[in-house]
Amino acid sequence: MYSFKNFLDILTTPDNVPILLLIAMIVAYTWISFHKAFDNDKRLAQGRPVWEGEPHNQEKVHTWPHLLNIEFIVSIIAMAGLTLWSTFLNAPLEDPANNSVTPNPSKAPWYFLGLQEMLVYFDPWIAGVVLPGIIVVGLIAIPYIDTNPKGNGYYSWRDRRFAIGVFLFGWFLWMALIIEGTILRGPGWNFFMPGEYWDVHKQVALVNINFSELLNIDPKTFWLARELPAIIILGLYFTITPFLVAKFNKKFYEDLGLVRYGVTIMLLLLLVGLPVKMILRLTINLKYILVTPWFNI
Amino acid sequence: MANEITQGIETPAIKFRRESDVDPKEISRRKVLGFLGWGAFWTTMAASLAGTGKFMFPAVTYEPSPIFKAGLPKDYTAGVSTRFLSGKQVWIINDGTIIYALIAICTHLGCTPDWLLNENKFKCNCHGSGYYMSGVNFEGPTPRAMERAAISVGADGEIVIDKSKKFIYEKGEWDKPDSSIKAV
Repeated sequence: MYSFKNFLDILTTPDNVPILLLIAMIVAYTWISFHKAFDNDKRLAQGRPVWEGEPHNQEKVHTWPHLLNIEFIVSIIAMAGLTLWSTFLNAPLEDPANNSVTPNPSKAPWYFLGLQEMLVYFDPWIAGVVLPGIIVVGLIAIPYIDTNPKGNGYYSWRDRRFAIGVFLFGWFLWMALIIEGTILRGPGWNFFMPGEYWDVHKQVALVNINFSELLNIDPKTFWLARELPAIIILGLYFTITPFLVAKFNKKFYEDLGLVRYGVTIMLLLLLVGLPVKMILRLTINLKYILVTPWFNI
Repeated sequence: MANEITQGIETPAIKFRRESDVDPKEISRRKVLGFLGWGAFWTTMAASLAGTGKFMFPAVTYEPSPIFKAGLPKDYTAGVSTRFLSGKQVWIINDGTIIYALIAICTHLGCTPDWLLNENKFKCNCHGSGYYMSGVNFEGPTPRAMERAAISVGADGEIVIDKSKKFIYEKGEWDKPDSSIKAV
């Protein structure tokens, strides 16, 4: 059942090679930026200028030839790399599309695998439209809600703990979903451990129930009455938490102001809510917390 | 006007030609450019007009009729028949007492689930939704049961399936007479 060869076969599928590069790049870039950030934090603690502010790093040079030379060489290397890649790894083309045959496993392109994984835990309207929309709008809103001038033009962890922490949480979450969708999801979108044989007939008990059923409420009850506990819990999550955070971290609230704080805390609660729902599904088989005739959460 | 920059440089006399000076048979630069310019303009106009006119003749591909014959009821022994899966995208299922036609579209996001005989269930490859043989969902993210198509026995004794009429479990429509026929 388990063998290293199974794992290697999945890793070296032409589809999955970008994911290997992705993992390497996540590690490399996180390490580089934190290495620089911690170095600067040490300098700031000692009262010295940051590395980017040292006189020898303040020297200005011309775009041509200093920058364009580098860009030219990088573009040649990239071109050579892509040529070799496309020569040795063939595009994974399949048969013409057929309505009645869905390949097993059916996987979206790697950059959509995070969305596909989200669709397991939420209904299509939430995971396919609402959450991606909020992610895009939230990313656009970052410059307007994060007006902390510190960290402009230099790496620093100490000056931007909240911003960097929240970003890394969301980013690692998204990357983890992509990596899971690529390497750990097999036929029937079942979960397979690394090295496990991708058995089409793997049996996993995925029987899951809604929150109202967990409370033994008759499913035939009018939906508003049936979902009342869920509405109260979700309502508390989105109203009490902002008040508590503002009360116990007054400085955070006062620095941002009412509107900016409201937007920030809502985006944060949604970001935290995503893995919370996933964990609830994986641990207590909770299907949906809230079931309405139009959408489910 | 001579200033310090143009001082000492002799300006050659430029002689502009009036239109009346031009021999009408001469192919002048102005004529060529005018021809090209207006030619490009009218070609664009004609092409967009033709493009608009094309909408008068829509490129419809006519789908096969949603109504089709599916053989005699006695052809279907107990179990799931995938005979009409490719082409018609329905399973014809005999559960021992009734025969019904289940439309093979997952109600989560529209993939075609697989019938897994050993596990006695339909399993969708895309996000892992699972259905009983009846079509009722029991696992994965799907919100509701798969839909059944209208099924009846024609005058010649053959099963007639009409995919354009759908029966939805959550609305209690699986009790309606056209949603199933008696198994033989």
